[in-house]
Parts: sequence; C-alpha cells; structure tokens
Amino acid sequence: MPSVSALRRAAIKEDALVLCLLAPAMLVVGLLLLLPLSWLAVQSIHNEQGFTLEYYRRLVEDSTYLDTFLTTFRISALVTLLSVILGYPVAYAAARLPRFWATLVLAMVVIPFWTSVLVRCYAWLVLLQRRGLVNQVLTGSGLIDGPLALVNNMTGTVIGTLHVMLPFMILPLYGVMQKIPQDLLVASSSLGAKPMTTFLRVFLPLSGPGVIAGAVLVFVICLGFYITPELLGGGRTILVSMLVQRDVEIFNQWGPASAASVVLLAVVLGIFWLINKLVPVEKILGVR
Amino acid sequence: MTSRFTLPRIAFALVVALVLLFLMLPVLIVVPMSFSDARFLQFPPKVWSLRWYWSYFESDAWMEATRVSLLVASLTTVIALPMGVAAAYALNATTWRVLRWCQLILLMPLMVPIIIVASGVFFVYARVGLVTTITGLVLAHTMLALPYVLIAVLAGLRNFDMQQEMVARSLGMNRFRAFLAVTLPQIKPSLVSAGLFAFITSLDETVVALFISGGDNQTITKRMFTALRDEIDPTIAAISSLLILCSLILVLAAGRRTAEA
Repeated sequence: MPSVSALRRAAIKEDALVLCLLAPAMLVVGLLLLLPLSWLAVQSIHNEQGFTLEYYRRLVEDSTYLDTFLTTFRISALVTLLSVILGYPVAYAAARLPRFWATLVLAMVVIPFWTSVLVRCYAWLVLLQRRGLVNQVLTGSGLIDGPLALVNNMTGTVIGTLHVMLPFMILPLYGVMQKIPQDLLVASSSLGAKPMTTFLRVFLPLSGPGVIAGAVLVFVICLGFYITPELLGGGRTILVSMLVQRDVEIFNQWGPASAASVVLLAVVLGIFWLINKLVPVEKILGVR
Repeated sequence: MTSRFTLPRIAFALVVALVLLFLMLPVLIVVPMSFSDARFLQFPPKVWSLRWYWSYFESDAWMEATRVSLLVASLTTVIALPMGVAAAYALNATTWRVLRWCQLILLMPLMVPIIIVASGVFFVYARVGLVTTITGLVLAHTMLALPYVLIAVLAGLRNFDMQQEMVARSLGMNRFRAFLAVTLPQIKPSLVSAGLFAFITSLDETVVALFISGGDNQTITKRMFTALRDEIDPTIAAISSLLILCSLILVLAAGRRTAEA
C-alpha cells in the first residue's frame, strides 16, 4: 500500500508535468499574442503627455472611423446572412444524399476551402472585370444590356468575402446535420408528417446549433477580414481592418490604429463570450 | 408515394448546383488562364503557352520568395508540432478548471482578427529587431499554427484510450517511453493532419507576412499580394495553378490517411 505522502508526491509530480508540457505553447502565445495585444491597449490610451482618451473620442467624433465601423458591420451581416441562406441547402445535400454524391458535394466545398485566398482573389478579379467571363455570359444571354461593375466596389467585396466564408458555414453545419439521428425523421413521417413538416419541425430545430456556430464564425471572421476586401474592393469600401493597416503602414499613427483595434477586438471577444452561453466557444472553433 | 421530381426538389437541386458552381468557379478558371499567352486577363485564352510558368521559374525574386515561404513553413511545422502535442497531452491528462482557460488562451490566435495580430506583432518586433527576419516569421507563424495542431491532436487523443499507456507504465516503462511506444503510433493520423495544418497555415499566411516580412525575406504570399494590388502579372496564374495542385495533393493525402486510420 503506498502511503498518503507518496500519493501526494505523485499527484504533485503529475501537476508539475502538466505545467511543464503546457509551458512552451503558453509562452509562445503569451509573448507573441497577449503581449502585443496589451501593448496595443496601452498605446490606445497613451500619448506624449500621458494618459488620454483622445483616440477613442476620435473614433466616435471623426465620421470616417464611425462610417468604417458601420460599413464593416453591414457587410459582415450581409455576408453572414447570405452564407446561411446559400450554405444551408449545400450542407443539407451533403448530409442527406447517398454516399457518392455527398462525397462529391463535400469535395467541391473543401477544394476551394484549401485553395489560397490570394489565388481566389486573382480568379475573381479575372472573372468579374468589365469584360470578364461573368459579364460576357450575362450580356451574351441577354439578361443585361451592358457590362456591370462587379469588382473594385462593394459588390466585389461581398462576392469575394462570401466565397471565402461559405465553407466556414457549410462544414460545421454539415457536422451537426450528420449527427441528427435518421430514426427521428422516420418516426416523424411514420406518424403522418409530410416531408416539409418533418423538415420544419424536426430537422431544422435540431440543426440550429450548427447554424449558430457557423454564423458566429463567419460574422466574426468577416469583422476582421483584410485580404479579399483590400484586393476586390478597389479602395472604395474601407473596412476596419483596412483602416488599421493604413494607420499603421502608411501614416504610422499608432494611437488611432490601436484604439480601433481594441474596439474591434472587444466586439469580437464579446460576441464569443455571449455565444459561449449557447454553444461552447471550443465547439465553434472546432474542438471536439 | 410521391414523385421523385417535385418542384421543391428541383428548385433545391438547382440552388445546390449553383452554389457549388460559385464555389468551384475560381479554381476551375485559374488553371486554363495560366496556360494563356496573353499579357492581359482574358478568358478563355486565345493562344496557349507555358510562358507564365517560365516567367515564374526564371524569376529570381519569385524563386527566392518561394524558398523563404517553404523554409518558414517547414521550420514552423517542426516547432509547432511538438509544442502542440505536448500541450494537447497536458490538456487531455487532467480536468482542472484552470485548464479550460489555458485551452482558451491557446485557441486565442483563432479568435483575434488577424489584422490586429499583425499590427501588434509588428509593433513588438520593431522594438526587438525581429522585423524582416526569418526568426520573426517562424515565431509568429508558430503562434498562429498552434491552435490547429492542438485541435487535431486533441481529437486524436480523445479517441485514444489512455488506459493503454497506464498499462505500459505499470509494466515498467517510464512515462515518456510509454507515450512514444504506445500512444504516439495510435494517434499518428491526427499527427499527420496536425503537421499538414501547421505547414499550410504558415505557407498560406499573408497578413502577418505583409507587415513583418521584407527585404530578402519576403514570403511568396507577400509578393503575390503586392503583385495583385499594384498591377496584375499573369505569372500569378501559373503560381496559383501550382498552389492549387499542391492543395489538391494535400487534400487527397489527408483523405487517404484518415481513410486508412
């Protein structure tokens, strides 16, 4: 029989091991993420004279900053809504079709997902330009009279961003739908429910957590998205991320950039904190 | 029995097909574009040629950027993988309440908008002289890759019965050897996908590289981004096609690995 003190020593050893194994990863995240973030936070309330709230006041009073935040929220909400509407049927098809077709559908979601965002921007620039394929097809078929301005404006931003976000909606949604027991649907229709009723009263509510997880993920990524809006927006649709980039790289204005970053970060973490009460954050991020 | 082809079914199939077309269109268009002879963006190409592939392989700048990206991605994988495995093992071993916080902190790189990460890291690097260095890129990419490694390895460990490691230890192996001999081989598929994720996260990372890479140490993503913003060089079509080929191979490799497991 091991003595009480031996057991306690073993337990302490176990705890020490856990800490040692966690230390390197925590150190990297601490030094390269938490430290820079705290530095930004300090920078946002500090100027040559000391403590100041001038940068935050500017966020509210300067209409460029306010407009940029509003545009960012509007575009993120629009893209999230479109991802739910367009992503749901695809996830449903992948979850309910026979195996071969389901694999095909999933492959067509995963391949673009794994393709570099830069590559996709390039393709959209080619596709959406004035004499690009999309305009050719639309005018050729007589749907429109002249070419539409599809890129270097808000339309381009939304199309490109939606393309990046759709897989983030479809994949978690598919994961949830796949786990919905087939028996429930069979039971519902054997009790006399029409297919539409079964879908609306049984399937749709059960897929709810997936919709929430996907929508939160998409909305939050959209709020801070940079590459696609920068390349496809043509400098006309300025988002918060682009404002931060310009303040830092062009104007070397760390105060306003830090204040905007802190507000954006607070919004993002706030959303995660709120939603954590419905679906655990780890789940949304993909931890099983 | 209702007919298979009702109106709602046809409408549904149509929507799904259109969304899938939307998703695949960019990938489908880039490859033919890369074999075009034209200087300007046009589709379909009038004359076919390999000139943009040559212009990629013969350009010192693109080759150098490719070398930097591959080097950084390899180093990131080599560092992030063991770190992530150790952390995942620790998180899986105990059920302390504090550990949920540790896990959330390790997942933070996924939650914080990348533009904020980039400007914060740039700010710190500017003070310690890590801007435009390979070391700086590798460190930042390691931090960004850690959550992906953690998620993949945790998934593997949750499906593994830790009792097996206990048995090996009770038979006299020390903990580290028991881990190497018993646990590691059985979570190999998740290690492979963790490694792939780390490698691709680094290879694909653009925003942090935009801020902190430069001079001789520019990554291929930074060069591509600048090229796309300033003037569109069709060489990008060739590079894009090669990248698509890489991701296809990786998806297939990952798929086969999971199928084998």
